[in-house]
Amino acid sequence: MQGYRFTLNGEAVELEVPGMRRLLDALREDLGLTGTKEGCGEGECGACSVLVDGAVVDACLVPVCQVEGSDVRTVEGMADPITGALSPLQQAFLDLGGAQCGICTPGMLMAARAFLDDGGEPTDGAIREAIAGNLCRCTGYTKIIEAIAAASEAGADGPKLPLDDVAGA
Amino acid sequence: MPVEPPVTTPRSLPEAYALLSSGAYRPIAGGTDLMVQITGELGEPPERVLDVWRLEELRGIQVEDDALVVGALSTYTEIRRSALVGEWLPALAQAAGTIGAAQIQNRGTLGGNIVNASPAGDTLPVLLAADASIIVGSARGEREVAAADFWTGYRETARAADELVVQVRFPLKPARTIRFRKVGTRRAQAISKVVLALAYREDGGVWRDVRVALGSVAATPVRVPETESVLEGAAPRATVADHAAAVIGREIKPIDDVRSTAEYRRAVTGRILHRLLREEGGW
Repeated sequence: MQGYRFTLNGEAVELEVPGMRRLLDALREDLGLTGTKEGCGEGECGACSVLVDGAVVDACLVPVCQVEGSDVRTVEGMADPITGALSPLQQAFLDLGGAQCGICTPGMLMAARAFLDDGGEPTDGAIREAIAGNLCRCTGYTKIIEAIAAASEAGADGPKLPLDDVAGA
Repeated sequence: MPVEPPVTTPRSLPEAYALLSSGAYRPIAGGTDLMVQITGELGEPPERVLDVWRLEELRGIQVEDDALVVGALSTYTEIRRSALVGEWLPALAQAAGTIGAAQIQNRGTLGGNIVNASPAGDTLPVLLAADASIIVGSARGEREVAAADFWTGYRETARAADELVVQVRFPLKPARTIRFRKVGTRRAQAISKVVLALAYREDGGVWRDVRVALGSVAATPVRVPETESVLEGAAPRATVADHAAAVIGREIKPIDDVRSTAEYRRAVTGRILHRLLREEGGW
């Protein structure tokens, strides 16, 4: 066992755990951050999506030894750390009903954040591709896609979405 | 909790080779296959792991000596975004783009796809069709293995236990057209039912150096020489396409499994080939 150092949501952490411990288990069990969910545990569902150096990955497939020196971001780091204000993505998911049971939501948020941070054009097709590795069994994806589009700059400027219908429903 | 086997992280390729020659290690690159195996649900998890993820010597994509050279640790995302791959071997970028989704493409590597040796490995038919060679290295030195000789049996390869895949060389001359097609249950995050790569060089209206390579229809990725001989020296006309589709349906020996049936695979393989020939022939 040796110490692994990385930054987690901007703060330095050091963990003395086996190097092959899944980042998912390190986050949930050793660091107590249970926002990252375990769905399938085999890289199919995306519920454990986190960002490592800006890239979205499944935390169940990444051993802790491979995040040494990296910048790790989880859903707990999305809201403003001081005021607690939700990020635009979180707010859009809330406003537009982009969550139902909630298990996929942290992973959806992280995949969406990676996509928007990368400067992805928030077209329907591009958003669908960006979250293709995240399975939702409740909402049918439509509201999630609307929320991601709404949270993007283009979406804020004038979303090409039936937002009026949503608001009036 | 999954098994957590001991892991060693070498700082250089020579150090990795020295460790591999001193005892049995399973290499881990992006982890998309190995991290599933540590659950122990798919058989015995590895006893010791060698983390090669940070070995810079295995990274990078360049063109040298009339070959596109792709480092073993190139991720599918890097392959998709590479301007060189886009210019010289777009079929490889296309194959990389069909594997998993963003989470997998950000971690999974070309070398991992090769060593994992799944018959459904989506990049592998591209390697076969492109006449690629796989450079493997160890403390004993490097050697080059033709892709056609690399997958020797179900999940078995020509790689010795002390060797790492270093890079893949795709010859660029003579220039050939390479096409790729995958059929899965859905567009993303699906393991192939059938994957096909077709390569040819046009010469005075007929095709030369034809390769047809397939995944998910046999115990290894395979070429189909009878089908290739139908297309060699022929033009992509409707009669040729009909004949080739019939031959490929007889030539492959797919199986029924959880993802598809032998009958479906046989039918869809013929249809994919027919459609590609129609597209190339422009009829």
